Amino acid sequence: MPAFLEVQNLVKSFGSNTVVKGVNFAFDKGEFISLLGPSGCGKTTILRMIAGFERPTSGAIRVDGDDITHLKPNQRKLGMVFQAYALFPNMTVGENIAFGLKIAGMPADQRRARVDEMLKLIGLPGFEKRYPYEMSGGQQQRVALARAIAPKPRLLLLDEPLSALDAKIRVSLREEIRAIQRDLGITTVFVTHDQEEAMSISDRIVVMNAGNIEQLGAAHDIYNRPATRFVATFVGQLNTLPAGLLPGATGERAIRPELISLAPRPETDLTLTGTIADLHFLGSVQRLRVDVGGTLLNIDTFNNQTKPLQRGDTVTLHLAQKDLLTLGA
Amino acid sequence: MKSQKFWAWLVFALGAAYFIIPLAATFEFSLRMRRGEYSFDAYASVFSDPQFAASFTYSVIVGLFTIVVGILVVVPAVYFVRLRMPWLRPFMEFVTLLPLVIPALVLVYGYIRLYGSSSLIPFTGSVFGTNILLTCAYVTLAMPYMYRAVDNGMRTIDIGTLTEAAQIMGANQLQIIGKIILPNILVAILSGAFLTFAIVIGEFTIASLLNRPAFGPYLVGIGTNRAYEPAALAIISFIITWGAMGMINVLGRFAPRTSARTD
Amino acid sequence: MSASNTKRRIPWDSLAVFPFVLFAVMFLFLPTLSLLSAAFTDRAGNFTFENIAGLFTDQILAAYWISIRVSGASALLGALCGLAITLAIIRGKLPAALRSAVMTFSGVASNFAGVPLAFAFIATLGRLGLATIVIRTLFGFDIYRQGGFNLFSFWGLTLTYLYFQIPLMMLTIAPAIDGLKKEWNEAAQTLGASTWQFWRYIGFPILWPSVLGTLSLLFANAFGAIATAWALTGSNLNIVTVLLYNQIRGDALQNPGLGAALAVGMILITSLANVIYLVVAARAERWMK
Repeated sequence: MPAFLEVQNLVKSFGSNTVVKGVNFAFDKGEFISLLGPSGCGKTTILRMIAGFERPTSGAIRVDGDDITHLKPNQRKLGMVFQAYALFPNMTVGENIAFGLKIAGMPADQRRARVDEMLKLIGLPGFEKRYPYEMSGGQQQRVALARAIAPKPRLLLLDEPLSALDAKIRVSLREEIRAIQRDLGITTVFVTHDQEEAMSISDRIVVMNAGNIEQLGAAHDIYNRPATRFVATFVGQLNTLPAGLLPGATGERAIRPELISLAPRPETDLTLTGTIADLHFLGSVQRLRVDVGGTLLNIDTFNNQTKPLQRGDTVTLHLAQKDLLTLGA
Repeated sequence: MKSQKFWAWLVFALGAAYFIIPLAATFEFSLRMRRGEYSFDAYASVFSDPQFAASFTYSVIVGLFTIVVGILVVVPAVYFVRLRMPWLRPFMEFVTLLPLVIPALVLVYGYIRLYGSSSLIPFTGSVFGTNILLTCAYVTLAMPYMYRAVDNGMRTIDIGTLTEAAQIMGANQLQIIGKIILPNILVAILSGAFLTFAIVIGEFTIASLLNRPAFGPYLVGIGTNRAYEPAALAIISFIITWGAMGMINVLGRFAPRTSARTD
Repeated sequence: MSASNTKRRIPWDSLAVFPFVLFAVMFLFLPTLSLLSAAFTDRAGNFTFENIAGLFTDQILAAYWISIRVSGASALLGALCGLAITLAIIRGKLPAALRSAVMTFSGVASNFAGVPLAFAFIATLGRLGLATIVIRTLFGFDIYRQGGFNLFSFWGLTLTYLYFQIPLMMLTIAPAIDGLKKEWNEAAQTLGASTWQFWRYIGFPILWPSVLGTLSLLFANAFGAIATAWALTGSNLNIVTVLLYNQIRGDALQNPGLGAALAVGMILITSLANVIYLVVAARAERWMK
C-alpha cells in the first residue's frame, strides 16, 4: 500500500538560513504523527509547508498520491488548528464551524445538520449561538477542532494546539483529540515541543533537531532505544555515567532514572554505592539525587511507607546491564 | 502573491503622488518670484516682513501657554480619575470627545456670546482677557489629543502599582506626582505638547473671530494680497508641522516600555 | 469621622479634577447651552421657533447641503483611500521601513490643514498651478476650460480636504488592521476561502466598526472645517461654516438668533453622524466584549 502522506527531500531556506534540511517521511492513512523538537528545529516550518503557507525551497509533498507541493493553501483540502485558537471573532460558534462548508457550497440545511453533529462530537451541543469571547480557552480550541474537521479534510494539522491552555485542560483535551481522531480515522500531524504530550498521543513520533530528523518511530522505541544522544537527552530524563564509574565499562553510559532501584530486582546485575544528596517527595514518586563518587544521579522510586529516607543516608543502587544506553554522536 | 504585491505598490504610488505633488508644486511655485529664474526671494520677503515675526511670535507664546495650562488641567485629572475615581472615566471620555464633534467655529461663537464685554465674566472686554480666552479655547481644542496622550502614557506605566509602592516608602501625594508619575509620563506629555503646538500655531478661526494678531489670520491676509509669499508660507508651515511631529517621533523612542507583564 | 480628621485630609482627588470639570463647563457645556437657548429665543427674550424656521431659506439650506456633501464625500473617499493605502502598507508586504515613514508623514499631513493647505492646492491646481500648467503643456488639456474643473467648487474643496482626511483615516485605522491576526487569514485559507472571501466574511466585518467610527470622525472634521475653505474660496463657496463665520463677523445676516440656530443646526448634524455611528457600531459589535 502506498503511503498516504509522503514528504520527500523537503528543504526550506530563509535567505542563507536553512531551517529544514532535506526531510523524508511517509505515513499511512489514519496515523497520528507528532513532530517533536525544541523551538527552531523546523517542525512548525514543515507543518506550514504541508499547509501551504510556506513554499518549499525544494522537495515534494504528496497526500493520497496527489502532489500538493505547489497548490495554494485553499486548494489543499486540509484542516488546521492553531495555537491561539484563531476562531473568527465576528462569527458565532455555529458560523465558525460552518465556514468551510459554506465556502464549499454546501446547502444551509445540510450545514446546520453537520454543525450539530460536530458540536455533539466535541461535547458542546447547544453552543452554536455563542461568540468565541464568551467561551473558555479549552472550549474555543474544541470549536477550532470542529471547524477544522467539519469539511472532512484529507489531513488534520495541529500546530501546538494545547500550548495556550491550563495544565489540566491540556491533558483532558489531548485525550479527547486522540479519541475523535481515532473515531474518524483522520490522518493527523501534530506539532509539539512537549515530549510527554507527543509520547502519550502519537502512533509515531518524528524527533527533530536543527532541521534534521533525529529519529522516527513509535513512542516506546524512541524512549527505550534512542538513536542519538540528542533523542536520548531530549526525550525523558537521563543520567550519564562517566567511563570508570561502572566496573568493566569502557566508555560513557546512560540510564533512565526509573531503571535504578534501591532494592535488587531479578534482572539487576550491577550495584553502586552512594549517599543521598537531596530528595524530593512528589506523592506517588520519590525523586532522589544520589552522589556516587562525585557524580550526581537522579533516581525515581515509588513511594515507600516503611523506610523513610534522609539526606546523608548511604544507599546501594541496583541496575541492569541491559538497561544501559550507549550514547552515539 | 505576486499580483498582491503589485497592487500594494500601485496603491502606495498613487497615494504618494497625491501627497507629494502638491508639496512639490508649492515649493516650485514659491521659487518663481524672480522672473526667469528660481530664487528664494519669496522666503526673503516673508522673513523681512515685521508682521510675520510679530504674528508668529504671538502664536508661539499662546501655544506655550496653551501647553502649560493643558498639562495642568489634564494630567492631575487623568491621574486621580485613573487611581481613585474610575467612575468619572466615561465623563472624561465624553468631554474629550466633544471638541471633535462640536466645530471650533460654533464654540467660539458661544464664547463671544457668553463672555462678551457686558457679561458676568467679560473676557473679551480687554486685550488681556481676550488673550486668556484664546488660550483657554486652544486648551479646549487640544484637549482630546492631550488627554489621549497622557492617558496612554499612564496606562503603560501602571500608575496604581507605582503609587502604592511610593506610598509604602513614605512619599506624600505631591512627591508621588512630581517625582514618580511625571518623570515617567514625560514623554507622553511632550507628545501631547507638540501635537498641541502643531494645532495652535496655524489656527485661524478662533484667533480671527477674537481679533487676535495670530499667525493664522496673518496667513489669510497674505493669501489675499500676495502671489508667491503664500506658497513660501505653506512650505514654512509644513516644515514647522513636520518639526513638531518629528519631535513626537523622536520622543517615542525614549518612552518607557510596558512592564514585563504582557497582557 | 471627627471634624479634625476631615480637616487634616486635603481632598486632593476632587481638587485635581476640579480644573478639568471647570474647563468642561465653561468652555464646552455653557457655550453650547447658551447657543441652544439663543436659538429658541427672540429679541424680546421669549421662546420662539422663528430662528429655527429661519434656517429654511434656499440660501441656508443650500449651504448646509453643500457642507454635508463635501463632508460626506471627503469622509467617504478619505476612508476608502486611507483604508486602501493602509492595507497596502501593512498587509501588502511592502518594506517595513516604508511603514514608519508613511505613518510619520500621516501625522504631519493630518495636521497640515487650514490656510497653508489651501495655498498649497492653489499653487498646484489653481488656474496658474503647476499641475494645471503641466497637464496643459503635456496633454494640451486645460482642466479648467475643457475639463470643467474649478478648485473653488465642490470637487475642488473635496480634493483638498482629502489631504488631511486620508492621513487621519490611516492613523486611526492602522491599529485595527494590526489587530487582524495572521492566523485568521490562514485558518480561512485552509478552510478553502479565497483572499476575497477572507475579506468579505472575516477581515472587513471585523474592521467595519472601526471604519464606521473613523468615518463619523472624518465627517465631523470636515463639517466643522472653515480655514481651508475660507482661504481657498473666500466667500465663493457658500458652505455653512463660511455662512456662520460671516454671521459672527456681522457682515451678513445681522440676526443673533439666526446665527445661534445655524450653530445648533451644525451641532445637530455632527451629533447625528455620531449617533448613527453608535447605533450601527452597536449592531456590528455584537461579537465584542
